[in-house]
Amino acid sequence: MAKRIDAKNVDIYYGAFHAVQDVSLTVEPRTVTAFIGPSGCGKSTFLRTLNRMHEVIPGAYVKGSVTLDGTDLYAQGVDPVAVRRMVGMVFQRPNPFPSMSIFDNVASGLRLNGVKNKGVLSDAVERSLKAANLWNEVKDRLGRAGMGLSGGQQQRLCIARAIAVEPQVLLMDEPCSALDPISTLAIEDLINELKEQFTVVIVTHNMQQAARVSDRTAFFNLAAQGKPGRLIEVGPTDTIFSNPTEKATEDYITGRFG
Amino acid sequence: MTDTTRKPGQDGSTGISTVADPLGHADVDADRRDQTFDETPRELLEAGPAAADPSISPVHDEVARHSPVPVVEHHARPSRSADPDHAVASTGSGVKLASISRTGDLLFGGLTKGTAIVLVLLVAFVGIFLLVLALPSILADQDNFLTSRNWQVSGGDLRFGILGLLWTTVLSSVVALVIAVPVAVGVALSLTQYLPKRVAGPVGFLVELLAAVPSIIFGLWGLIVFGPFLGPIGTWIGDVLGFIPLFALVSDPKSTVFVAGIVLAIMILPIITSISKNVFEQTPRDQIEAALALGATRWEVIRTSVLPYGRSGVISASMLGLGRALGETIAVLIILSQPAPGSPFTPSIFAGGETFASKIANNASEFDTPSKTGAYIAAGLVLFVVTFVVNAAARVVADRGVK
Repeated sequence: MAKRIDAKNVDIYYGAFHAVQDVSLTVEPRTVTAFIGPSGCGKSTFLRTLNRMHEVIPGAYVKGSVTLDGTDLYAQGVDPVAVRRMVGMVFQRPNPFPSMSIFDNVASGLRLNGVKNKGVLSDAVERSLKAANLWNEVKDRLGRAGMGLSGGQQQRLCIARAIAVEPQVLLMDEPCSALDPISTLAIEDLINELKEQFTVVIVTHNMQQAARVSDRTAFFNLAAQGKPGRLIEVGPTDTIFSNPTEKATEDYITGRFG
Repeated sequence: MTDTTRKPGQDGSTGISTVADPLGHADVDADRRDQTFDETPRELLEAGPAAADPSISPVHDEVARHSPVPVVEHHARPSRSADPDHAVASTGSGVKLASISRTGDLLFGGLTKGTAIVLVLLVAFVGIFLLVLALPSILADQDNFLTSRNWQVSGGDLRFGILGLLWTTVLSSVVALVIAVPVAVGVALSLTQYLPKRVAGPVGFLVELLAAVPSIIFGLWGLIVFGPFLGPIGTWIGDVLGFIPLFALVSDPKSTVFVAGIVLAIMILPIITSISKNVFEQTPRDQIEAALALGATRWEVIRTSVLPYGRSGVISASMLGLGRALGETIAVLIILSQPAPGSPFTPSIFAGGETFASKIANNASEFDTPSKTGAYIAAGLVLFVVTFVVNAAARVVADRGVK
């Protein structure tokens, strides 16, 4: 259930704007990889190319290749919808479907895949909510609206929704930036458990968070405003935080800029 | 950088303010002056709309509570930070400034309040006018006003009732709605979700242009072009489903409720489309992305995110369209064939008939006695009430959707 991502010489454009330049990196299965870097450095943009979500914006396109266990996500004839069913995503702001109950939110991905059997659905919902550490809090009110939960619970609901379809990879785009410290802690604990099953890639602005949850860290930077973002350095989190190769990485991590 | 004197309990940052003041002028006088600034416009604004219309006051109260604060800050802060000594010296000048802003608010507030009251009175007067003129005729009516289908209003006895008119009015509007809503939602979805922007713009403009076509033109077109075209289709449906009374073939297929309903559908299409389009456009981006990230196709995105979000908007748009269809006069008058007096009632959509509006318009030139006029005004009163209820329902649904 966990696959390896290889990105080779990825360039990302929005129309004429060159957003990200020449990124090559590998994400190992069953690890947590954190993307850090200043705002506008392209880390979220790059994350979105891993499940072809950036294509939603008109004019966006990618050069280079991204492979999932050797399968090119950008090959001719690959359906972005199929890619997104394999590579799940959790967003910055919790976004449960407002018109759906807790149960229906978690089941929504499976229903999109054509699962109709009630037993299969409720098993999957229970399993996903347990995996998202939310089951005990909501098991008595699965029929209530997902929007009635607290922000942190909503985000765990969104994680449950994403993992219910058993994706190969789980992408998280600043999943804690709209949450309070206690909810953040709950999500971080959850990420540690999730990596036993999934390949996790997380974008974060919080360097302590990157240090706490990730096995590997990639540092993105941009030369100047309007210039494309680039991958500066990627390596084991310990090394990046204690003994980075690049001066820019060290400056960023020690808080000298960004 | 808010002030400690300001709106206690509403702003979490209260209290940090004095510390955050870059110049560190936490002098008492300046604070007191700010207080004067804060409270004058607030009480003014809060009193204004609440008095004018209780139904809209909650919204305005919200605005009143939030909006004056940043505005006031602009007035209060520069003078304070630019010239702190002056602020300490002359508390009096602050009071004077406050009274100036009060004059402007009083003037403008009174003016806007006045227009609002005039509008409310106008609606009330229309209702009262209808009621006062209609009541004598309704009381003199020998038939039951609500359940009779007769319409005998000249000569001695008044024998009239609105049931036939109500049936034709509602039936033609429902036919219009049944056809217009799916088409309008489809057009709105393709404009917002499927068509590229450079195509969607002109197409949306064309749809709204449809609203600008005068109804007499639709009537003419319905009578001369569209009616004859739809006639055979109506006949065919009547042949197949004629055993159901609703679809029984009764009169000339060119001039039926069915044709009038379809022309009405075209007339209410723009308003439903344009409101639905606006609602669909506002679907939160994160809802759409939530569906996309689960691997939803475009139609699945619409089903899981766009339609649930826009549901209440579409319903209230439909009711606004229904309100327009109910009251449409001239197009219906031109298209519908009037049944001969005394002909039996038929519920079919393939019959002619008269709606409230077309009946009144058709006979307006013959209002010679007060009792006759009163009978028609009574019919108008019912139409007024029906459209009023429909529009009120639309508002309720729309408001519920916002929360």
